Amino acid sequence: MADPMLSLRSLEAHYGDFQALFGVDMSIDTGEVVAIIGANGAGKTTLMRSISGLLKNAPEQIKFQGKPIGSLRADQVAYHGVALVPEGRQLFPSLSVEENLLIGAQVGRSGPWSLQKVYSLFPILDERKHQASTTLSGGQQQMVAIGRALMANPDLILFDEISLGLAPVIIKSIYEALPGIVGDGMTAMIVEQDISKALSVSSRVYCLQEGRVSLSGETRAISREEITRAYFGVEA
Amino acid sequence: MDWVSAIIQGTLLGGLYALFAAGLSLIFGVMRLVNIAHGDLIILAAYLGLSTTIMLGVHPFMALLLVMALMAAIGYVLQRGILNQTLGDDILPPLLVTFGLSVILQNALLEGYSADPQKMNAGAIETASLSAGGVSIGVLPLMTFAIAVAVIAGLQFIFYRTSVGRAFRAVSDNSDIAQLMGLNKAHVFGLAMALALAVTAIAGVLLGVRTSFDPSVGGARLIFGFEAVIIGGLGNLWGTLAGGVILGVAQTLGAKIDPGWQLLAGHVAFLIVLAVRPNGLFPRVSH
Repeated sequence: MADPMLSLRSLEAHYGDFQALFGVDMSIDTGEVVAIIGANGAGKTTLMRSISGLLKNAPEQIKFQGKPIGSLRADQVAYHGVALVPEGRQLFPSLSVEENLLIGAQVGRSGPWSLQKVYSLFPILDERKHQASTTLSGGQQQMVAIGRALMANPDLILFDEISLGLAPVIIKSIYEALPGIVGDGMTAMIVEQDISKALSVSSRVYCLQEGRVSLSGETRAISREEITRAYFGVEA
Repeated sequence: MDWVSAIIQGTLLGGLYALFAAGLSLIFGVMRLVNIAHGDLIILAAYLGLSTTIMLGVHPFMALLLVMALMAAIGYVLQRGILNQTLGDDILPPLLVTFGLSVILQNALLEGYSADPQKMNAGAIETASLSAGGVSIGVLPLMTFAIAVAVIAGLQFIFYRTSVGRAFRAVSDNSDIAQLMGLNKAHVFGLAMALALAVTAIAGVLLGVRTSFDPSVGGARLIFGFEAVIIGGLGNLWGTLAGGVILGVAQTLGAKIDPGWQLLAGHVAFLIVLAVRPNGLFPRVSH
């Protein structure tokens, strides 16, 4: 068995004096789709920020394809092949839809994803490509945010709360597009508060609670009760 | 006819002011950095032009190419070496540091070149003029204006049609997320400052050909640049040209009424615009 694509060893993360992650261990193999679930404030977004390089860590705490990346800047991590779809979409308001997608390709990695392929995944974006990104609906903005991350042709893509603030019908259509993305053998981590959505697309799950991993295992082998306990921290 | 002439001269003068302002506007637009040293950097460029023309014996317009490269290099190093460290949530540190830089530049120029006014010699072009319908138009001011239009068109092109311009806008919008796209903020800011100071080099050399300068006159150029930016509306490059023209026309019309009113008229025009349209005449749509 080859080394995991991503491995976290005793990952700790701090915001000033506040510690958000306590000794998190995880490993993700190539081609896996892993869900990260947990309540508000459990450390899910901190985990994403650490992996993507927006938060600095000790080098060896995060290894990606065997290389220590914990202390690299976010732009250096991006060149290694990690892309983040950030919470709240965070498009660039001064850029048009197409420019938002093009800037995703800034790292210049080669791979299957191109403007054409993103447009065929989300045809509505093709129609709106010259519009300002701020004029799109929330769901369309989320499509741009996903497309922007895909344009980097990452080996690992991180989705942070992609259903947040969207109507259920929009969430459904976005999740329907996910198999088309991860089906290409792309490795993905999906952070969600919506547990059932996260479990439906993932093969393994980690549950975070107050900065620690409270549960991990194969999605189909884990019971609802175990998840409830790990999620809320109540002893049944 | 005198009034028509004054308006035309003022418009052409506005081109120079737009060049003062373009660099300032670019620096603020990308980095949210108010560069107090901008006027002194313009004067530094004028002195670099002077030294180049004397040492190499070349025409100021040839020297300009070298000065642009020099100023761009200075800009990149300045940004990455010093100014990037001052940027953050607090807007005070960059103000203080560029203010200090302004003091240092003025005194260094004073040490190096003395307080004597200097001027670059561009030869016959300085006094050449065209006559059109009873109005004489100086070739040099006309060229300055044309260069200003070309520079602003060029900046507009870089900003909205190239990948480096896309990077400028993205980093300006949200530097964290831009970093996720593989853009190193420190480098992008360095490039923006290099570009801004290359424009400043053009402004400085044209200033030094048009009029005499000494190490103390940077402050007034900074004010003219600021006024042009504010009149035109922050973040709008063509607005900056309009701002420069309004300022230039106000100054020449003021001087036409009474030579002592030149600067006052410019400032009054600025204050009127500020009172009536606090966001400038052509503000970029805010988001």
